[in-house]
Amino acid sequence: MTLGTDKLVQHLSESLPRWLFAATAALTVILLISIFIFLFVTGINAFGSIGLKEFFWGTDWNPASFHTPSWGIFSLILGSLMVSFISLLISVPFGLSIAIYLAEIAPPKTRETLKPVIEMIASIPSVVLGLLGLLFLAPITAGLFGLSNGLNAFTASILVAVASLPTITSVSEDALSSVTYKFREASLALGATKWVTIKKAVIPAAKSGLVAAIMLGLGRVIGETMIVLMVAGNSRALPSSFLDSVQPMTATIAIEIKEVVIGTLHWQSLFAIGLVLFTITFIVNFLADLLIHKK
Amino acid sequence: MRNIFIIFVVVVLAIIGVLFLIRGSSQKTENESLIIKGSDTEVQLVSNLVEAFLGKNPEADISVTGGGSGVGVAALLNREINLANSSRRIKEEELLQAKSKNSDVQEFILARDGLSIIVHPENQIEKLTVDEIGKIYRGEIVNWEKVGGKDKKVELYGRQSTSGTYLFFRNLVVKDDYSPNMKNMEGSQAIVDAVKSDKNGVGYVGVGYVKDDKGSLRNDIKIVPIAKDIDSPAISPLDKDAVKKGDYPISRPIFQYLSNLPVKNSLLDKFLLFEASDQGQDIIEKTGFYALTETDIIQNQLLFEKIK
Repeated sequence: MTLGTDKLVQHLSESLPRWLFAATAALTVILLISIFIFLFVTGINAFGSIGLKEFFWGTDWNPASFHTPSWGIFSLILGSLMVSFISLLISVPFGLSIAIYLAEIAPPKTRETLKPVIEMIASIPSVVLGLLGLLFLAPITAGLFGLSNGLNAFTASILVAVASLPTITSVSEDALSSVTYKFREASLALGATKWVTIKKAVIPAAKSGLVAAIMLGLGRVIGETMIVLMVAGNSRALPSSFLDSVQPMTATIAIEIKEVVIGTLHWQSLFAIGLVLFTITFIVNFLADLLIHKK
Repeated sequence: MRNIFIIFVVVVLAIIGVLFLIRGSSQKTENESLIIKGSDTEVQLVSNLVEAFLGKNPEADISVTGGGSGVGVAALLNREINLANSSRRIKEEELLQAKSKNSDVQEFILARDGLSIIVHPENQIEKLTVDEIGKIYRGEIVNWEKVGGKDKKVELYGRQSTSGTYLFFRNLVVKDDYSPNMKNMEGSQAIVDAVKSDKNGVGYVGVGYVKDDKGSLRNDIKIVPIAKDIDSPAISPLDKDAVKKGDYPISRPIFQYLSNLPVKNSLLDKFLLFEASDQGQDIIEKTGFYALTETDIIQNQLLFEKIK
């Protein structure tokens, strides 16, 4: 150490922050990779001991069975997909309409107030949405369809749709706004009406961004846990209609992880479900990212 | 060379930081505190007991949480808590795990419970036999008409597999897997809330849950009297003597488990003595559960004699 104290202090004050920021950035990458490795290493044993076919194709999930445990996650996957599908069916038309209104029709003042309000929906904790669903929405759907209770995939989907609305609206509004004004001017100059301009010029130009918005919405929807845990009913039977109660993958993990003994097959298979979920959301987010950056 | 020096400083600082954190957290647990966790059936009851106990011992620090008997026992074996509430007897495999972790698990009987079958007040059924309840929960009877009700589909509400009540009821009454159509609810209160708003619903909860906060019977749910078999009289879980004598077909003791024998006069020892005292048993009855039987008291006495 031949450096003078002053020089050392100066050197430290320059390089320490750089190191620190680089380390934090690296940490997120390390985190992602280690989570994946952890899920993979713990989950992979379950695939081996259960068998891929029984795991993905079996319709009965009952690890704590009275007789022999069964490990089929088909009805759990179906539950997740059902809730995701119905909620996107609700939130995509709503989200896109709001986005078109905000980006193309609304006067600047309205837009500046409405957009933060919609993004505010994202700040409602999902447990609060679940509670509202349990108290108010479930009785309404029960009455609407003549059921004795409203704990089913449909009720859960409506709430999950609300939760995914801000993601879809916000990302698609960004996509629409970033379409260059030249497109609009050219279209209007050709004599097209405002509606035709939106339909034929703006939306096609923003298409990849809009699809990305839907993908990100799907990613949000499929990972939602608290709402489905509270209002989807959680019964293991294979659902046959959207008014049946379902137990999505997320709810299964949340319910059962509390009691499993570490290292058992049950424990491993919950991680295997986590791996399936992670893979789905990873692919969905990855595709969304590709589409957003595709220009 | 300079870089190595910087890394060295950062690593040393990090290690010192971590050491401080560990020291800080271990100092906190040195106060005499008690962490109780487990059965959802027992959580309200034990909270009431703790509240009364803290009235006499204000310096003690006790926390009570639910989650299910399975969660409590698992936490006890992992040494995360001092006392596990469990509405079922500890399993053989759990005892083996405890042994491998050098725990000498002790059993304390807290109270007597008459597991209650509840339906919506508009449901017409007057009674059920144990056999009928089993068929309903196995999914063999799917219409209330079969057991004397209206021509309506049965909606099953039950607990999740973390629950001691789930396992107790399955082993004693269902004797098979539950129907996959059963909705697995988060807790006993969730079952009560679901059944009171579902005209076709049926659920099972500890007898402490059929009364409201003030100890009077709820009128938004109906308790179904149960007969051992078709020739026996139907008995209500509200019949204290029948539950205590075991005449009520699905009565049971509910437990608390300790990972080891407590030290004499420790907080845990004092708390258990309080629960077993007349005042403790009085609180148990006020919450809606039933005081211990003679044999239960003898078993608890044996435990207290071992504490030295």
